[in-house]
Amino acid sequence: MGACLVVDRPGLFSSLQDFGRFGYQRFGISASGAMDSLAMQAANLLVGNERGEATVELTMLGLSAVVEGGPLRLALAGADMALTINGTAAEGWSAHRLAPGDRIAIGAARQGMRAYLAIAGGLDIAPTLGSLSTHSRSTIGGIDGRALRTGDRLPARGESAGPRLALPAPYRPRGEGPIRVVLGPQDDFFTPEGIATFLSARYRVSDKVDRMGAQLEGPAIAHAGGFNIVSDGIMNGSIQVPGNGRPLILLADRQTTGGYPKIATVIGPDLWRLGQARPGDEFAFAAVTAEAAVLAAVEHERRIAAMAARMIELASAGAALSSERLLAHNLVSGVCSALDPLSEP
Amino acid sequence: MKTAQALPPRLLDAGESGLVVEFGDAIDEQVNREVIALADALDALPLAGIREVVPTYRSLLVLFDPLVLSRETLRARVLALWPPRADGRQSHGTRHGIWHVPVAYGGEHGVDLDHVARLHGLSTREVVDLHSGAEYRVYMIGFAPGFAYLGGLNEAIHTSRRTDPRLKTPPRSVSIGGRQAAVSPPLEIPSGWHLLGQTPVRSYDPARAERPFLFAAGDTIRFTPIPHAEYAALCRAAEAGEIVAEWEPA
Repeated sequence: MGACLVVDRPGLFSSLQDFGRFGYQRFGISASGAMDSLAMQAANLLVGNERGEATVELTMLGLSAVVEGGPLRLALAGADMALTINGTAAEGWSAHRLAPGDRIAIGAARQGMRAYLAIAGGLDIAPTLGSLSTHSRSTIGGIDGRALRTGDRLPARGESAGPRLALPAPYRPRGEGPIRVVLGPQDDFFTPEGIATFLSARYRVSDKVDRMGAQLEGPAIAHAGGFNIVSDGIMNGSIQVPGNGRPLILLADRQTTGGYPKIATVIGPDLWRLGQARPGDEFAFAAVTAEAAVLAAVEHERRIAAMAARMIELASAGAALSSERLLAHNLVSGVCSALDPLSEP
Repeated sequence: MKTAQALPPRLLDAGESGLVVEFGDAIDEQVNREVIALADALDALPLAGIREVVPTYRSLLVLFDPLVLSRETLRARVLALWPPRADGRQSHGTRHGIWHVPVAYGGEHGVDLDHVARLHGLSTREVVDLHSGAEYRVYMIGFAPGFAYLGGLNEAIHTSRRTDPRLKTPPRSVSIGGRQAAVSPPLEIPSGWHLLGQTPVRSYDPARAERPFLFAAGDTIRFTPIPHAEYAALCRAAEAGEIVAEWEPA
């Protein structure tokens, strides 16, 4: 038997997530996938995985689990949740080696909403319709299409050998400034004043926020006429405005079609920030052109590459810090922040 | 309602990775045919960068990777495909066909049948005849996995939705709402539509690996009444993986 994590406390809502399941929205199944795919990718990179390996997405309160069967290497990234290994505090954004019998416990989020636990080599669990992402409403993905429970086993596919990488604090994702949107596809259902309200007011995340979407509170957005459309497709980040004028952002586990006009679409590079939004958080929205949004997507990819390049190898018995890596991270010269792509919005 | 044949589609941006191709703004069979023909035509193209296409009543959502496929190229390809050939070809190598779906009407399987009959001054037999006598077009699959929105309901039984939607309805319900009809997947979905019956057919079943979904937008559905006594056995067969609906080419 290979190494395995056995869940002894499942946390609030812990589910397996990867980039999502594509090709089935036409059959009523939205892609799901990690709500903060930036943190998911970071967790994977920290243990040497492909960026899109399935991870455990932890929500507000993490899980605890015991290692069985063999050694494991894992990393936690995303929301700031206290991590302990055998009762001793351990760093997030850092890979850890565990031996059989070791116990990890992940506490409540002190900041942010979701953290991602990646296991080196990925999980030895069969995908459903091409993905391990859990979509609990469709009862597919993960383990039996549901959130994790006590007793669930997460078998590692790979081996525990490999470097222990860490991402220093300055290079971790930061979300600042307004959430960028492209207006449309149904912005013509709103008055110019309605659109001005949307782009100038601050909106607060209500307590109706989950993997399906985020209901916002704030000034009502005026429709030009009716607020019903013939239902059409909804994507991750579509912002619907129903009759009450309050925007609702549809997210990873959204329903696939909807009948309210969509004033705007959150650009892909900013979606991760909504995955970390807690009730009470406030946002402003800024409109960008579709062309600018594509440039932002290019920049976002660069940012992920830069994050990978900034990871340092932790010194441990028998492992020297490679000078190549030190150079790559500018740690030698100490110049790293001025042109740091991570400081871009 | 606009006549859509003459007008090229509107192309609307949905973020940096979505393009909405809108053929009309109403529920209309011709508009829906154009949507599905374009979906099929895009499926048949090898065009790197398209993640998936989502056909709905009157528009097609194209999800793409803007780092692989530029918006300009995608727009040009879509417009070059218009007007699309409506040859009924489907991406999976099959064609849009006619599904014959068995239904146990009324009683515990369709708790609203009596109500709908009373509302229209019809007998339950007449409602069943009207409902099972029509041919339905699958306009789209949406809301829940495998939930089929159908057009073609006989006007005599058009019925406004319930004022108090149910938070849960029985799995595999066959229902009507307004001038539309629907078949539910084997899930207890919320719905404000009227429940006429229940089918043993599982329109969505992730365990049926070779065919997790039965119906696709553009298919035709006909309902066949079955005696309640046959329902349980058909359900068992369907749970074992058998597709208990008959299929024939259109």
